Amino acid sequence: MTTAVKAEKRQHMDIKKFLANNGALVGLLVLCLALFIATPDFLTAGNMLNIGIQASTIAVLAFGMTFVIVAAGIDLSVGSVAALSAMVSASMFTTAGLNGWVALLGGLLTGAAAGAASGMATAYGRLPSFIATLAMLSVARGLTLVISDGRPVRTADQVSFLGGNLGPIPMPIVVLVVAGLVASFLLNRTVIGRYMYAVGGNTEAARLSGIPVQKVLVIVFALSGLFAGLAGMLLSGRLDSAQPQAAVGYELDAIAAVVIGGASLAGGVGRISGTLVGALVLVVIRNGLNLLNVSSFWQQVVIGLVIALAVGIDVLRRKNTIH
Amino acid sequence: MKFTSFKRSTAVLALGLTVALGATGCNRGEEGASGEKVTLAVSTLNNPFFVDLRDGATEAAEAAGMTLEVVDAQNDSATQTNQLATAATSGVQGVIINPVDSDSAAAAVSPLLENDIPVIAVDRAVNGAEIASLVSSDNVAGGKQAADELAKAMGEKGKVIVLQGVAGTSASRDRGAGFEEGIKAYPDIEVVAKQTANFDRAQALDVATNLLQANPDVTGIFAENDEMALGAIQALGDKAGTEVSVVGFDGTEDALAAIQAGTMTATIAQQPSELGKRSVELMAQLLAGETVESNVPVPVTTVNEENVEEFIK
Repeated sequence: MTTAVKAEKRQHMDIKKFLANNGALVGLLVLCLALFIATPDFLTAGNMLNIGIQASTIAVLAFGMTFVIVAAGIDLSVGSVAALSAMVSASMFTTAGLNGWVALLGGLLTGAAAGAASGMATAYGRLPSFIATLAMLSVARGLTLVISDGRPVRTADQVSFLGGNLGPIPMPIVVLVVAGLVASFLLNRTVIGRYMYAVGGNTEAARLSGIPVQKVLVIVFALSGLFAGLAGMLLSGRLDSAQPQAAVGYELDAIAAVVIGGASLAGGVGRISGTLVGALVLVVIRNGLNLLNVSSFWQQVVIGLVIALAVGIDVLRRKNTIH
Repeated sequence: MKFTSFKRSTAVLALGLTVALGATGCNRGEEGASGEKVTLAVSTLNNPFFVDLRDGATEAAEAAGMTLEVVDAQNDSATQTNQLATAATSGVQGVIINPVDSDSAAAAVSPLLENDIPVIAVDRAVNGAEIASLVSSDNVAGGKQAADELAKAMGEKGKVIVLQGVAGTSASRDRGAGFEEGIKAYPDIEVVAKQTANFDRAQALDVATNLLQANPDVTGIFAENDEMALGAIQALGDKAGTEVSVVGFDGTEDALAAIQAGTMTATIAQQPSELGKRSVELMAQLLAGETVESNVPVPVTTVNEENVEEFIK
């Protein structure tokens, strides 16, 4: 074999490897290209900012979800927990008359506490995370309704700021970037992050090698709750009010974003960058379908098919990587 | 053993709750002169709309000298089915149902119909059962009123986007159909986009933002409920109420405040207490042996800056 052929082959392998590792990114680019061809309204600076803003809530929820899925769990409560955090924060400010910063912090801590509760039920109560967080989904939504009496409540100015603009820069995008960097740092550069992969990859092996599995699980779910709390702040900040029925069903978007991003529901696999791409895929589809004025009946069909396609391709490429 | 005792205590608790709930239910109505006993099965009282509906019904029942027993299904179809089965055997003369779910209500009312107990549905239909009458807001007429109000605000010309409710619900279908029919009367108004935001404020913010991106020259927005209208107003920012007119539906507190603030043009208010009142009056007619219309629409009212004061509580 000549060196030229070898080099060509190596190059071919590199491309193949890149594609294999970034299937979701390629999908996102193809989607963007298709929309760019279909409508002149897609690739404008204004619309790109819109997409960034609209992705913020789902992406932040999905970052938290990535920890859980990497650790081989699932968190069905994030939508409800986001709504509860937003409502607690808004009530602290509007009803209890507390300082706005205290209300912001209170909202975030509510999320973390709700997550920790699910984590303890999973780690120490031995409930499957599916059940523990399904219970939390109901409890958190119920508490949101109890606190709010079913009515919207005005948010603190500090929370509204997170949903607003800092000069020309939309704050939700700033929050999205910061949250992504923090999540990525936690997952890749800290001991607890490595433990998450270990626990998700093989719980028994992790336990035998001395990893405090139960503590890791509590921290994982508390982090998911904390990120859900942050997403709640973003969502209510954008509307200047906390809604009792906010974020219903967002847990499914978050799970879809993580899975489209290449994580495995079996645990041990997943990256924050992939999750971000997954969230962008979902938001770009919705944005594009709106721009093209596609019938709302068909939108759900299209979104479902794209999720199936994205994960299907992912399964295929995984098979290819093994062989 | 532990499990059995847990089961037993749950059963005792459930029984206690049932008795307690039943007791509160019985206390609701006064024993009337005619002594007719009617059950009102409400989908949920965890929503101000249905609380108003119940209040309207209780008032009308008192006026008619009827005993009205109110049961709350807490938005659970199974609970409602049980409540109606209980009603069927408890000797009530009639049942007014506000179904949790229109489709599953047919099975729930069948024991009543078998016992020849007349059934009237209020606010939501019972699909696939022969009930005496349906009392509901006239959503189609409301949609038309919304079209007229929006056209007036837009000077009868320009481009409009429509924010739709949850696909397939009767509220979305009827309001949308009414609006479509109403807006046809204005040839210079064009509906450029129709998209769903699922009756949700946050989704409406995103969807309206996207639609305004594709149609920057829009001057009117019709939202099939107030929550979505408020989301659209958020998306419009300073343009709301000045360059773009927004019309919603329902007459919620926040919407009335937005109309006062001038960011929202109008909303179409439903009259929940009127719904409750009409259904009780109709039941009284039925029990007196009169025949009633199978469909009784309750009018909706247009609320704009001229009359908003009257609606604020």
